[in-house]
Amino acid sequence: MTIASLIDTPSELTDASNSKTAIVLMTRIRLARNLASVPFPGWARPAQREEAYDVCRTALAGATSMKRSLCIGVSELSELEKQILVERHLISRELSGAKSGAGVVISQNQAISVMINEEDHLRIQVLRSGFQLKKAWNTINDLDTALEEQLDYAFSAKQGYLTACPTNLGTGMRASAMMHLPALVIAGQMEKVVRAVNQLGMVVRGQFGEGSDASGSIFQISNQTTLGESEPEIIKRLGSVLNTIIEHETNARQRLIESDSGKLFDKIGRAFGILQNSHLLNSAEAMNLLSLIRLGIDLGIFAEVERPKVDRLFIEAQPGHLQHAQRGEFEAGQRDLMRAARLRSEFANFTPPRFTESHNN
Amino acid sequence: MANPLKCDLCPKPATVHLTQIVNNKVHKVDLCEECAQAKGVTDPSGFSLADLLLKASLNPEPAELAVRCEHCGCTQQDFKKHGRFGCPQCYDTFNASIEPMLESMHKGTVHTGKIPQRALARKSLYDRLTQLEDELSEAVKTERYEDAARCRDEISQVKQTYGQKSTR
Repeated sequence: MTIASLIDTPSELTDASNSKTAIVLMTRIRLARNLASVPFPGWARPAQREEAYDVCRTALAGATSMKRSLCIGVSELSELEKQILVERHLISRELSGAKSGAGVVISQNQAISVMINEEDHLRIQVLRSGFQLKKAWNTINDLDTALEEQLDYAFSAKQGYLTACPTNLGTGMRASAMMHLPALVIAGQMEKVVRAVNQLGMVVRGQFGEGSDASGSIFQISNQTTLGESEPEIIKRLGSVLNTIIEHETNARQRLIESDSGKLFDKIGRAFGILQNSHLLNSAEAMNLLSLIRLGIDLGIFAEVERPKVDRLFIEAQPGHLQHAQRGEFEAGQRDLMRAARLRSEFANFTPPRFTESHNN
Repeated sequence: MANPLKCDLCPKPATVHLTQIVNNKVHKVDLCEECAQAKGVTDPSGFSLADLLLKASLNPEPAELAVRCEHCGCTQQDFKKHGRFGCPQCYDTFNASIEPMLESMHKGTVHTGKIPQRALARKSLYDRLTQLEDELSEAVKTERYEDAARCRDEISQVKQTYGQKSTR
């Protein structure tokens, strides 16, 4: 398997959407693990990094769930390929800028990716479409246990799994959900939600993690603390926070329709018009328009059959994917032209909207 | 907080005083105008107190900053600069200063989650083996041959179990 074939094959992220993934687009869990005998990647000498890379890669090759996986070194990847993997959440921005002796192993369905020598020796990640924290935990727990047969993990009875940064100490686990919250954004309630979620020990970030913006009304919610609680406890707590947010988003949608359906329908209708007719679209604007179409599908304004197309476009309208589709590298201005052209053609035969007052979610 | 008027990150006087409650614990940070701006404190949505606490919770003495991890050479100063440790052993080396930081950063300071049972079993067998080998050479040296024989038998037993558990 190569990067090109990986991009063109169906994956958990791009092809598993259905009405059940309406508000929670996907769930992710990652575990940070380190080898006991080698310094952490950021501090290790090049030879030690290579050693850790080889040991981890060998262990991963033997794991059942990583059969027929793609293992690739960062140095073998072009800038564009790295960008595509970041856009698919398969590698982090940090890994894409890594020195030698770093890489990633990606499972065939792209649901599992293991980064080697990012901030920690191993960053194991499992990705599931929709709200599936428990399933994701079971998968990642099994893989981690299998790896432990081969690898001597850095572990202390008191502090748990030892990580390069003490913010990940203990379980080394970050569980997160990607949520689409357009009604809370339109109603101007997101700030309140962020504050409440923070007080519950959870963090809200943009789609691509720390520092990324929230275009497309997509937010990532994850646990902030990793020590002092077991993994199932963290997952349970996150799950109940997510359920509360889902409830708030659903209520906000209901209120928007009841109080001012004209304004909401206008936003969705205009988004559809722009997607069908515009000639210049930057990434953020495209995300915001697609977000409104997605909301329209949830509300029954557009046909349910169009959902996978919209979800795929969320990924494929990103700069890396766009350039890959055009087989080249382009300036931002040219990309905006290409993005608009792609969206025009996708929306040319999109089922037209049916606006009726009786819509409810 | 010894001197609440001083910024937690630089020597300037603090003018921004922030209190956040995470997991029922009160966290307080005092910053000067510039550091507050730089850390994004003025924008509550993009601001994580944990990252800040990591750097601000301790202001160690210069002598403490020079403590060096025997295993990897990382110093407290290096940790302060990068926010990351050099190797797993650093957690022992800098234990005294880590503890208060963990308290403000996490829900607790003791791990209650998953334990790598297999890896630990392998390690305890390995440790037992090393111990028995020491005992054996000591017994031979002091001519306690009965003890030596017992050690040798136990070593071969442990080796057998170790061979089964270890896949390498």
